Amino acid sequence: MAKVRVLVAKPGLDGHDRGAKVVARALRDAGFEVIYTGLRQTPEQIAEAALQEDVNVVAMSILSGAHPHLFPKVVNLLREKGMDDVLIIGGGVIPETDIPALKEAGIAEVFTPGTPTGDIVDFIKANVK
Amino acid sequence: MSNEKIQAGLDKYNASVEKATAKFPERPNLPEQRLYTPLDIKDTDYADEIGFPGMYPYTRGVQPTMYRGRFWTMRMYAGFSTAAESNKRYRYLIESGATGLSCAFDLPTQIGYDSDDPISEGEVGKVGVAIDSLADMEVLFDQIDLGKVSTSMTINAPASVLLSMYIAVAEKQGVPADQLKGTIQNDILKEYAARGTYIFPPRPSMRLITNIFEYCSKNVPKWNTISISGYHIREAGSTASQEIAFTIADGIAYCEAAIKAGLHIDDFAGRLSFFWNAHNNVLEEVAKFRASRRVWAKVMKERFHAEKPKSMMLRVHTQTAGSMLTAQQPNNNIIRVALQTAAAVMGGTQSLHTNSRDEALALPTEESVMIALRTQQIVAYESGLADVIDPLAGSYYVEALTNKIEKEAWEYIKKIDEIGGAVAAIEKGYIQKEIQDSAYKWQMDVESGAKTIVGVNKFQIEEEPPKGLLKVDASVGVAQCKRLADMKAKRDNDAVKAALADLKKACQDENENLMPHILNAVRTYATLGEICGVMREVFGEYEAHVNL
Repeated sequence: MAKVRVLVAKPGLDGHDRGAKVVARALRDAGFEVIYTGLRQTPEQIAEAALQEDVNVVAMSILSGAHPHLFPKVVNLLREKGMDDVLIIGGGVIPETDIPALKEAGIAEVFTPGTPTGDIVDFIKANVK
Repeated sequence: MSNEKIQAGLDKYNASVEKATAKFPERPNLPEQRLYTPLDIKDTDYADEIGFPGMYPYTRGVQPTMYRGRFWTMRMYAGFSTAAESNKRYRYLIESGATGLSCAFDLPTQIGYDSDDPISEGEVGKVGVAIDSLADMEVLFDQIDLGKVSTSMTINAPASVLLSMYIAVAEKQGVPADQLKGTIQNDILKEYAARGTYIFPPRPSMRLITNIFEYCSKNVPKWNTISISGYHIREAGSTASQEIAFTIADGIAYCEAAIKAGLHIDDFAGRLSFFWNAHNNVLEEVAKFRASRRVWAKVMKERFHAEKPKSMMLRVHTQTAGSMLTAQQPNNNIIRVALQTAAAVMGGTQSLHTNSRDEALALPTEESVMIALRTQQIVAYESGLADVIDPLAGSYYVEALTNKIEKEAWEYIKKIDEIGGAVAAIEKGYIQKEIQDSAYKWQMDVESGAKTIVGVNKFQIEEEPPKGLLKVDASVGVAQCKRLADMKAKRDNDAVKAALADLKKACQDENENLMPHILNAVRTYATLGEICGVMREVFGEYEAHVNL
């Protein structure tokens, strides 16, 4: 089986990428191909990068509170580009009460602070198409 | 007791320990020695290395009487939603006994975009207050006397613009600029290395910073023109030694840039201030504060030949470590913050922000902010920790650790000098990589259990989702955009155009100080996005390259 390709992305304007970088490295150490977008990516840029890089997973991180707006926007753009099989996950400072709406919008799972990186690896392995 | 006698006693003790460790193996991740004695600091010269408060090398503090005269400034970082909402929170904090203001700006403001810019969508008013023009700044400080309060502004790339707005509000209140007290963060190098809200490339950014140094030394002499920040470097995952080493290396770069621009070290160095993190390990943090003062004093005296004592003093604001707050069992964070507060106070900070228990989940509620402020007041008035100066001095361990952190910091500073200074080290990604490696090691230690975080990898419980978190409504963005449109319709647009054209010309002339031109534009109600837009046109934008 080909290596699973993951795009780790930072939508929005916040510069807190400690988590995104740690997750990116943990995913790489777990055997995935990882591409990290860097900061301040618009939903359009993320969807385009996902398409160009032909990834199986898009993993997004937001710590500013802009997740209710930006996560669903990325999902919609990916679907518009026909990337229906891409597994989309998110993480960051995200209140529990926001999670049902994000899942409704197409985010497969949301990982909040304190999550071991192994949980993310396991989730991807179990759910990637 | 002579050193020989101590050594003999130590040998005897060490022999006795072997039996104990065989029976009770020691925990991982501990300091290399289990016990410290006078032998560990036998080479430390008290007069040269430790000394007295308010005297070189300032290991014991920068003021002669420290908290016996006046406590540190209890400065709570706050700001969210609109200027009117934040103004209410500021007045609440002042009424509750906070002694300084600290403004949090939303991300579009920090990156120089107006609220109606498409890139600002979803971010307006989220992590701080949205400021588009002088009109918002007038509301933010409504009924707050800028002649009395000291205000810290967490603003970096567009610091020149926000400072100009502050000066312009003061003018309207009838407060002259030379009476203004406060701080702008204005530390762009750590934005590239750790925090991420950069706009322009390093060279024009350094020009803006030296322009501010020069302008303020003449016109706003009580203003702290930069807060050279280790806080975010630590938040991004660095160690304690890396925090002070990379920050002092940044400080060296700012001094070199200012000297190159023709300033004299003693004309600006006294207005440089620092910003440290108060992390979980209390004794390590105290040693870090002490070591940092000693390193900076030596840098200023030996490297830059500063002569004024004030130039050699590392004055510091501190914030408790946000990254150490846990989303699990959030009330435990109250205890963490109390211990971090103890560390900052025993470390001799000049001002302190304490985080609230719910900040791993959302912006803090008013109740949580009150507990955080009360934590400082309890430490100040009840704990006794502030009663004598530098109370941990003379502890064999704390002195040895202070020496160790100082040594590690010098090693990093030397390495960065070899690379060509902090700017080059950031451009090459060296500092970023060092921080990332430390962050990854921390995470792996937590996951392996080598490091215990209570409630996260040990002592977990089933929890109900927390209730009553603060939420910034999406309507804030809509309302702010309308305010902006109304303001633009009312202002003299010809004056704005002329001021922006003048600013553009000034940007193109490297020898021109931009501050008067920015202040001029601000007074016409030119927006932050318009002003930064002009600078973006001339200076370009920074592009980061990440090596994982």
